[in-house]
Amino acid sequence: MDEEYDVIVLGTGLTECILSGLLSVEGKKVLHMDRNDYYGGDSASLNLTQLYRKFRPDQTSPSELGRDRDYAIDLVPKFIIASGELTKILVHTDVTRYLEFKQIAGSFVYRDGKISKVPSTEMEAVRSPLMGVNMDNDSMKSVYEKFGLEPGTQDFIGHAMALYLDDDYINKPARPTYDRIILYTSSMARYGKSPYIYPLYGLGELPQSFARLSAIYGGTYMLDKTIDEIITDADGKFIGVRSGEEIVKAKQVIGDPSYFGAGQAKEGGKMRVVEEDKVIRAICILKHPIPGTEDADSVQIIIPQNQVHRRNDIYIAMVSSTHNVCAKDVYIAIVSTIVETSTPELEIKPGLDLLGPIYDKFVSVTPLYTPTSTGTLDNIFVTKSYDATSHFETVVEDVQDVWTRVVGKDLVLKKREVEVEQ
Amino acid sequence: MAKQYQFKLVLLGESAVGKSSLVLRFVKDQFDDYRESTIGAAFLTQTVALDDGSTVKFEIWDTAGQERYKSLAPMYYRNANCAVVVYDITQPASLEKARTWIRELQRQADPSIVIALCGNKLDLAARRQVTQEEAQKYAEEEGLMWGETSAKSGEGVASIFTSLAKKLPQTAPPPQTRGGGAVRGAPGARAAVDLNSNTNGGQDGCNC
Repeated sequence: MDEEYDVIVLGTGLTECILSGLLSVEGKKVLHMDRNDYYGGDSASLNLTQLYRKFRPDQTSPSELGRDRDYAIDLVPKFIIASGELTKILVHTDVTRYLEFKQIAGSFVYRDGKISKVPSTEMEAVRSPLMGVNMDNDSMKSVYEKFGLEPGTQDFIGHAMALYLDDDYINKPARPTYDRIILYTSSMARYGKSPYIYPLYGLGELPQSFARLSAIYGGTYMLDKTIDEIITDADGKFIGVRSGEEIVKAKQVIGDPSYFGAGQAKEGGKMRVVEEDKVIRAICILKHPIPGTEDADSVQIIIPQNQVHRRNDIYIAMVSSTHNVCAKDVYIAIVSTIVETSTPELEIKPGLDLLGPIYDKFVSVTPLYTPTSTGTLDNIFVTKSYDATSHFETVVEDVQDVWTRVVGKDLVLKKREVEVEQ
Repeated sequence: MAKQYQFKLVLLGESAVGKSSLVLRFVKDQFDDYRESTIGAAFLTQTVALDDGSTVKFEIWDTAGQERYKSLAPMYYRNANCAVVVYDITQPASLEKARTWIRELQRQADPSIVIALCGNKLDLAARRQVTQEEAQKYAEEEGLMWGETSAKSGEGVASIFTSLAKKLPQTAPPPQTRGGGAVRGAPGARAAVDLNSNTNGGQDGCNC
């Protein structure tokens, strides 16, 4: 550990691993550490033993659920939107070699007390009137009024297709909403059943694949490594990190909020992250597909906020053994939303009620942290927590944003040339 | 038509026992005394022709150094059909390490995985510290294939991979492929999605 690195990366979540992979390809000397003995940080997929260790350390997992190694339970409920930015990064970096993807079988929306498929014909119907609109001046509100769209249809456009979590978009220009609808419809058109794809063996495969990319370009990996201190000089500039008695130095450090004081009492130093919202996520183990979804092996269900008198949508993301994330005849659904009250578990009840009998449930309320500074002055670059959106587009935005600050220029994806030697 | 098989092969073993050199010898028939760790290769491929006319293509995964600090990702073992666990015949501790890796494989990898234990650096036989008897006895107890090699001279290298190539088609389930080479249109199951198909335009098929 007495070598000096260009960049130390702390935490092996997807954001950090993409950055680590891209930086290594760029020729930077990277040391990547994680306090856990598994990859993925907050975006890991856990087997049953790891899941119980995290949520119920005093219990062992029930043998009835089958083999431990058959499970890869995501901590964050997200899917990959097929035509989105993450797909571009996966293809350009060629990490697709390490991964296999399947479609998410269905995309549903809750309306008037029941769920129904997001129909592709309706999407086309919505898209055409938007064509004749001045995107940059007209607000979505004026668009809705112009075409006399009723609240149910507005919910459908803004939440099921544009995937907004709340209604703040309504008073903003139509352009971003239009772009989101195009992303949804083009993703839908790509594989047919839903706009989403999902990696076999769980989302935790994504950080692992980028970590491997980093390693084959010389990145050094250390799991199970306690990080005791971020060392700075008198001006507060980054010097290195301390783990036990060892100190390792680098020019820059990147890490997830948990390595920079998130959730801990202040110890006199700088406040590097602040809490914005809280997200509640309930990982539910089911022994049956979700009722009303035509026994789909995987679905997304959106409950638009207006339908249940909330400010934020409730999401359900479900995957199953088709995706090699659990034993046969088991289904893993995660119900999530942004917390609005002091009783968050009551808030997700409309989602839980759609699932039918729940075999077991692991609930967490997680603060979302965001960095307080850009890091360009002290060379300390903190990434954001994984938000409540249903896909990885905001994760890629964070990657691009951190990249620009760390490297000093925008991220341009180049196709790697020499990959497989024969 | 002659059968064509494709298998994922993972390399394991302590740092500096010659894992990468062994593969370099097998794939390119080269050796480099000062070779550092493999940079930039996701995996190497090499095809072995068998006497019955069938061919076995190995997709060989190197650890890329992730084994050094106990940081090998589970993805590495995923769907591996065979493993070559390497030790250095001049370093008894490296055989102990190999035993640890074999236990790890038995725990993490598919139960049908074929494991070959490989004693490398046979060119340094004058400094041998691990006897053939000891290694062979252990291999027999654990049901492993076993051989000694010198990546430097090439001795034994082809033979260990050829033995694997002969054994695999008899023991392994039909090969599972990943990424762009995914099995398409399998009856009953929904086929995997090929991310490269729309964006790359051109024919993708096998990624190799």
